[in-house]
Amino acid sequence: MRLDPRIFQVFVKAGLWLLTGFTLLILVFIIVTISIKGLPQVTPSFLLQEPHDMGRTGGIFSTIVATAYITLLAILLASPLGVGSAIYLTEYTREGWITRIIRFGAECLAGVPSIILGLFGFVLFVMKLGFGWSILSGGLSLAIMLLPIIIRTSEEAIKAVPPEYRLVCFSLGLSKWQTITRIVLPCALPGITTGIMLSVGRSLGETAVLLFTAGAALRTPVSLFDSGRTMAVHFYILAREGISMPNAYGTAAILMISILLINVVAYSLMQRLMKRYT
Amino acid sequence: MKKEAFIERVLLFLALSSISTLLLITVFIFLEGLPLMAHVGLKKFLLSSHWAPTKGHFGILAMIISSILVTLGAMVLGVPLGLACAIVLAEFSPEKVKTLLKPTLELLAGIPSVVYGFLGVVWLVPLIRDHLGGPGLSLLAGAIILGIMILPTIISISIDALSAVPDLYRDGSIALGATEWQTVRRVVLPAARSGIITAIILGMGRAVGETMAVIMVAGNALKIPHSILDPVRTLTSNIALELAYASGRHREALFATGIVLFVIIVILNLTATFITRRR
Amino acid sequence: MFVLGCGRSPKKALVICVAGSTSVQPYAEKLAEEYMRRHKEVRIDIQGGGSSAGVYAAKQGAADLGASSRELVETERDLLEIPIAYDGIAIIVNWRNSLENLSLPQIRLIYQGKITDWAELGLPPHPIHLITREEGSGTRNAFEELVMGKEAEITAAALVQDSNGAVREIVANDPYALGYISMGLVEPRVRAVAVDGVLPTRENVKNRNYKLVRRFLLVARELKPGPCQDFVNFILSPQGQGLLEAEGLVGVVD
Repeated sequence: MRLDPRIFQVFVKAGLWLLTGFTLLILVFIIVTISIKGLPQVTPSFLLQEPHDMGRTGGIFSTIVATAYITLLAILLASPLGVGSAIYLTEYTREGWITRIIRFGAECLAGVPSIILGLFGFVLFVMKLGFGWSILSGGLSLAIMLLPIIIRTSEEAIKAVPPEYRLVCFSLGLSKWQTITRIVLPCALPGITTGIMLSVGRSLGETAVLLFTAGAALRTPVSLFDSGRTMAVHFYILAREGISMPNAYGTAAILMISILLINVVAYSLMQRLMKRYT
Repeated sequence: MKKEAFIERVLLFLALSSISTLLLITVFIFLEGLPLMAHVGLKKFLLSSHWAPTKGHFGILAMIISSILVTLGAMVLGVPLGLACAIVLAEFSPEKVKTLLKPTLELLAGIPSVVYGFLGVVWLVPLIRDHLGGPGLSLLAGAIILGIMILPTIISISIDALSAVPDLYRDGSIALGATEWQTVRRVVLPAARSGIITAIILGMGRAVGETMAVIMVAGNALKIPHSILDPVRTLTSNIALELAYASGRHREALFATGIVLFVIIVILNLTATFITRRR
Repeated sequence: MFVLGCGRSPKKALVICVAGSTSVQPYAEKLAEEYMRRHKEVRIDIQGGGSSAGVYAAKQGAADLGASSRELVETERDLLEIPIAYDGIAIIVNWRNSLENLSLPQIRLIYQGKITDWAELGLPPHPIHLITREEGSGTRNAFEELVMGKEAEITAAALVQDSNGAVREIVANDPYALGYISMGLVEPRVRAVAVDGVLPTRENVKNRNYKLVRRFLLVARELKPGPCQDFVNFILSPQGQGLLEAEGLVGVVD
């Protein structure tokens, strides 16, 4: 007996909605748990005090500074390099097997497990080059991790700019670089910014690389050569060792809020840039 | 004109720097790891399950199997749920729900893996231990946590792939009398196939590469698992557990493990490229 | 811009990096906090990673002081060795587990994987969830030396965790778990069983009745006069040792 497709559809849809509901429940559960257990911990003193007693008491100020420091360094290193490379690869070279290999290489490296970068950073920066556990080692390793992402997203953004724009510029007598800076880059800016924001988001959550390169020092890092623990690393240590559940949740809540803020900023930035340049 | 040439040179320099950085890592990993593979013998390295690096035994079979099983488990959980979600959100729900959910998914994708791992330890592990048996820290726990972790990735990219299918296809199918579901199953999904497969492969890559969450919930025992309730140690966990103190041959062995992981990722990426190319 | 060691920048040469044993870590943190309170211009960073990682870092110069909770091996003997305390290794079970005593041979058999069920120890039947540390752990190495001996190996089926705290957390949450941690980290959620009738207390460690005792060491390539030397002196001083004793360890200086 063949079932009427319209009736069959009801069952299928019900099944799919059920699965979806279940999935969303799990995902929402995660956000809700962190919020309920963590948000009460997020007070100004939590944010401004240094951790004491291995993180059992006090706040997470030093980790916030360390996170900002390392992320900033990584972005400052990876962005010019990444965007510049993307510009060169799309504007100054012809699409051929070389560019395809480079792109494939960037894709592969974007997928490399972060622990391998942690191993690499530990052996090269911490040990061989003698930087020790430091913001520098962490920032360099993180920059290497972010580079493929920024190259890829920038490239896509630049390639998405219609070739007609460039032709019009050339026909008007503009030079290549003028074309790039006045038309191509502004058009691609939303995409490039998204890529950089994405990278910032990834940096916030990164633990495997930074635990082994920037270390886990509890105090606020001042110089590039100071060690520091990021919020994610701090959370990992607090949670794994059972040092302080409330503080762990608090750190997780702040991480979640930071990511939310970054997404919001990225989104609104993208909207504003798109309005301005398209 | 001179300024142009100068700028071009600067950009070339940047591009070359990027490429050499990326090459540096690959070369470094291979240079450090290959000698060990040669020393131990590729077959012994990959097929022996005896890992006792301080005593000179470098067999990573147990970890290869564990990584494969954990990833497969994650896919078994993540792909059906993720696809179902993507289909429902892209095809069967109003615009408002979509605009609400996309940022939520991005938020979830941004949550650090260690948070997932921690929630797994607090909620999932006791559940497994008390109701299914074993220590709770297990292959199952690892697979479930990883599956949940890759959901946002799979859902996001699949939604993009589905949304990219032109409405023309859908309208045509409905006009021919098909139901919504028939349209989805026979027209939209096949059309979005390459995007969805990319989503799955990216999710797989993320699962293979995940370290911290797995260390927290999988138990890290060095044996080949006999049941999903057995504790396991993946290739990535092994590197993380030992890299701080490994030196000499031991460290080379960790790099060699890195080579194996790298090769796996390259194969996955090649497959993804191949499939999307065939459109 | 050339630097060696973590945190030592050209401007601020008053940074000490201590890395290694997770057993020593909480005590090092306490000592560091106290020392930095008295010497505000010095900054001491404590990293974990395990004893072998610490010794390695000290050897390479990445850390000023390595912290180890095991004795140095042949290849490490060229380092300077500074004992700072005695600590006991406690065998722990969940607070709900009524086990009170184990003999050394029993512990060895359990960790070899030859005793696998709580029934073999006189408790309601259930598989033992066995936990050990990673290979580079000083606690593990000390445990292997004191309990396992040269012949017996820890079973590959044991769960592995990478710090004392992590082991304790698991045992605290699993009624069927068994593990070993530094004596100073025992807290009400886990119970330290007596080994051959002796409980791991400060007194029993001091008078050597408790057999599973190991030294906490600081290692370094050299100890030049300066903040590092001062810090070590502080640790070995009555104030430093008093602090350690107050935390549950046994001092080295009598």
